[in-house]
Amino acid sequence: MTDMFSGTYRRGIFVQRETRIAVAAVLVVVILAGTSYYIYWNQNQGRDMLVISTTTSLYDTGLLDVIKERYEQENPNVILAFISAGTGIAITHAKNGDADMILVHSPSQEYSFMNESYGVNRKIFAYNYFTIVGPSSDVAEINQTDPISALQMIYNYGHAHNTSLWITRDDFSGTNSKEISLWGAAGYNYTQLRDEPWFVSSGVGMASTLNIANEQSLYTLSDIGTYVKYKSDELISLDQLVGEGQELLNVYSAIVVNNTTVSFAKFDLAMDFLQWIVGLTAQQLIADYGVADYGQGLFFPVVDMLESESPTQIFGWIREYAFFNDGEDLYECPPGWRFGEYGLYG
Amino acid sequence: MNVHQVGGLANMDYMVRNRQNKWRMDMTVESDLIQITLQSLLISGSAALLASAIGLPAGLILGLKKFKGRAVTIGVFNSLIGLPTVALGLILYLAFSNAGPLGFLGLLYTPLGIIIGQTILVTPVMISVTTETITSVDDSIRELALTLGADERAAAFTVVRESFGGILLASSASFSRAIAELGVALMIGGNIRGLTRVLTTSIALETTRGEIALGLGLTLILITLILIVNAGLGLLRKRVQWWLWE
Repeated sequence: MTDMFSGTYRRGIFVQRETRIAVAAVLVVVILAGTSYYIYWNQNQGRDMLVISTTTSLYDTGLLDVIKERYEQENPNVILAFISAGTGIAITHAKNGDADMILVHSPSQEYSFMNESYGVNRKIFAYNYFTIVGPSSDVAEINQTDPISALQMIYNYGHAHNTSLWITRDDFSGTNSKEISLWGAAGYNYTQLRDEPWFVSSGVGMASTLNIANEQSLYTLSDIGTYVKYKSDELISLDQLVGEGQELLNVYSAIVVNNTTVSFAKFDLAMDFLQWIVGLTAQQLIADYGVADYGQGLFFPVVDMLESESPTQIFGWIREYAFFNDGEDLYECPPGWRFGEYGLYG
Repeated sequence: MNVHQVGGLANMDYMVRNRQNKWRMDMTVESDLIQITLQSLLISGSAALLASAIGLPAGLILGLKKFKGRAVTIGVFNSLIGLPTVALGLILYLAFSNAGPLGFLGLLYTPLGIIIGQTILVTPVMISVTTETITSVDDSIRELALTLGADERAAAFTVVRESFGGILLASSASFSRAIAELGVALMIGGNIRGLTRVLTTSIALETTRGEIALGLGLTLILITLILIVNAGLGLLRKRVQWWLWE
């Protein structure tokens, strides 16, 4: 000990060593910061970032990865930045000016978003169905019934037995808001249902909710995409008990953030993407997605059908469910909420 | 770092996702993996270094100087170690949002934003551990140095030299917490592929997507990374300590 101390306390040496260490530390920090800035700059050089807040079902199924890849290939100067969140938070992002566009599936929430003049130029770009899934034992015997009676049977069974039976996401997502309206149509008040002992609240995303339902043999409402992916990967053994049908329709729309209300929004960039996603290439991508992997498409393209206004059953359903009432008529996007001349609305 | 961007743009077909193209898909997953891992290292490494640059001097002052309110300050930093990452993520989202007070900086959804968030997250770890080690060697060593004829400054340096192990531990703990956190990376970064996607956000995403095996693989990479960095710091400790004593 004494050896090390003796003779080493010449001030100069210490000052020199302290300085050396300090200089080295500063250098390391500067070099690292410089490198990361360089890489960041290099990645984004001359490329505009379009931030799109999106519902989880579109992102978690992988559809948006395909869309991103193709769009960026065709438009090398654009980076599509998808922020995957529920419909609720996606709308909040857009209102705060943190997203330039939203891809969501909840017509009522979309209506108030546009009504508060946050969004313009709405286009429906895909649809599929929600589905009521449950354990194969199907204690409430809802298989093959219609959605409304299925929910009534689940309510009756749950009420009689008081064991956990139904799991709700309870997170204001598009799926959750669909569930709330379905319970309403079946004659029950969702807020009151939440207090029932057989009514379980997960508070997490679709995938985790499906896992819980699977573990605990519960019924739940799921979007078909997430369900099919989980089912075909054999992660869950839940069965699809009530599918398709008007009440279970799930419609995805794209809404551009209004840059007169939210000044940060990149309107032109968002319009380019909007026109692309309702175009031929994107609609084909949507139709093909999942066919090879799951033996069925997860989403159906919709633009051709809406443009031809063909009087099919599904067109009628979409019109009734996802179109907005403006005066006497129903519109995909009411004329007052259309900005610019893009020829999007026939 | 640009492997993914270039590769991804050059071969589009893999995304068609049919089985014949599976091998291409795997290739891309591989380059994605490298990119995500490097991004994690870069972001959390910068955060840990920045935290060290701030926390070391702060810890020195708190450990060596006696001033009014010192105990309270130390207490505050000790508590801040337990700050939940989602809580910090939320606060920073509100600050960095375009509607927030710092929106004009454009930090939301950028790697730099995550770096700043993680720095704020781990600086208390750095400060607290540094302060604690310095306080614990302070008295005896410092007095010994002073008795042996060192001036205040040299004595302080001796204390730092003695607590080098603890300071290194503080740095490695900071790095580990930064690279292992999810809340800030998700809420500030937004998990944007090729830009702000890091190991933890990928693990969360792949798990939701039902790609459990991939999630587990990423978890192994994360743990291995933490082990390697800590082992590296362990080696460094011996080297530097030897060099400090000469």
